Amino acid sequence: MTTPTPPLPASGLAPGDDGAPLRLWWLRGMRRFASVPAVVLMGAFIGFGALARESGVTLAQAMVMSGLIWALPSKVVLLGVIAGGGTITTAAVAVTLSAVRLMPMVMALIPVIRNARTPRWVLYFAAHFVAVTAWVFGMTEVAALPRRVRMAYFLGFATTIQLGAMAVTALSFAMSGALPLILAAALVFLTPLYFTVSLWGAARDVADRLALVIGILLLPALHQLTPQFDLLLTGLIGGTLAWLIGRRARTKGAAR
Amino acid sequence: MSLTFTSIDAWWWPWLFVLLAGWVPNDIWRALGVMSSGRLTEDMEIFRWVKAVATALVAGVIAQLVVLPSGSLAQVPLTVRVIALALGFAAYLNGGRRMAVGVLAGETTLIAGYFAVA
Repeated sequence: MTTPTPPLPASGLAPGDDGAPLRLWWLRGMRRFASVPAVVLMGAFIGFGALARESGVTLAQAMVMSGLIWALPSKVVLLGVIAGGGTITTAAVAVTLSAVRLMPMVMALIPVIRNARTPRWVLYFAAHFVAVTAWVFGMTEVAALPRRVRMAYFLGFATTIQLGAMAVTALSFAMSGALPLILAAALVFLTPLYFTVSLWGAARDVADRLALVIGILLLPALHQLTPQFDLLLTGLIGGTLAWLIGRRARTKGAAR
Repeated sequence: MSLTFTSIDAWWWPWLFVLLAGWVPNDIWRALGVMSSGRLTEDMEIFRWVKAVATALVAGVIAQLVVLPSGSLAQVPLTVRVIALALGFAAYLNGGRRMAVGVLAGETTLIAGYFAVA
């Protein structure tokens, strides 16, 4: 007797696939705008809108930055250089350093959300939305779905949170100017608070936590020495130091 | 080049600045990620260094906003800003690592501290 193979669903669909058209899966992705990570992200963009206003960019520029750059760290680094009167070269180098991390994130995500027939341009389009929130969504929720629907579901979510973030940027920018001083200050203060807790939460090892602590302590010192390059040097020196100490801790742990 | 955001008094200059110093150096890494997906692995040593440098850079921005702010935040005394960040972080660590706990504690401290000192 041969063991009977489990019967395939009559439709030939993968488990978890109800056969709905991809545009319906896109809508289902959009609906995940009502989720904790998306709401937290909108809160962070309230902080960004208020910060942008005080950094000397216009409302339209702040909105376009939200759409084109998208990743909050890169945008806040850019605002920091603009507010500090830094040059375009300094800004480009600082943004590059804060954006290199997107490359390994994209490398990990693409094989998860694509299928054999996904056109290349769709991959480049999808990659534009990679920043922490969409990436975590892709690596967890989307990865649990059948391959056929993943890209539609991911793009439905990613495009919606980006448009939402652009709207929140504009609203916050417009409103923070009319607020009493302490409330406007409180909105700007959302950014350092959000980054501190989210960087700590995203840290995988000693090196990342050290980089956070060293970076915070290093900037005021380097600002005294070289106000022009304080941010760049904080990243390069602080990050390299943290990485070296972390690597030493890892090899010691492995030798034991 | 010593061109800053306000160097050239033309409508297009800030936009060019945002494109060249914001969009290009950012999306280029996403595109490179697509090109090399399947060829490089993310736990290579170079990417660990990259993550540490990016983290330190954002940490520098945190310090810049707290210690050397411009605008409305500069009207709040330095000690209040530093204590608010420290208490917010402490509340996050002791409050089940929930982001909302840390953010609320930090904001409350900032506002209460502002009125206490003023």
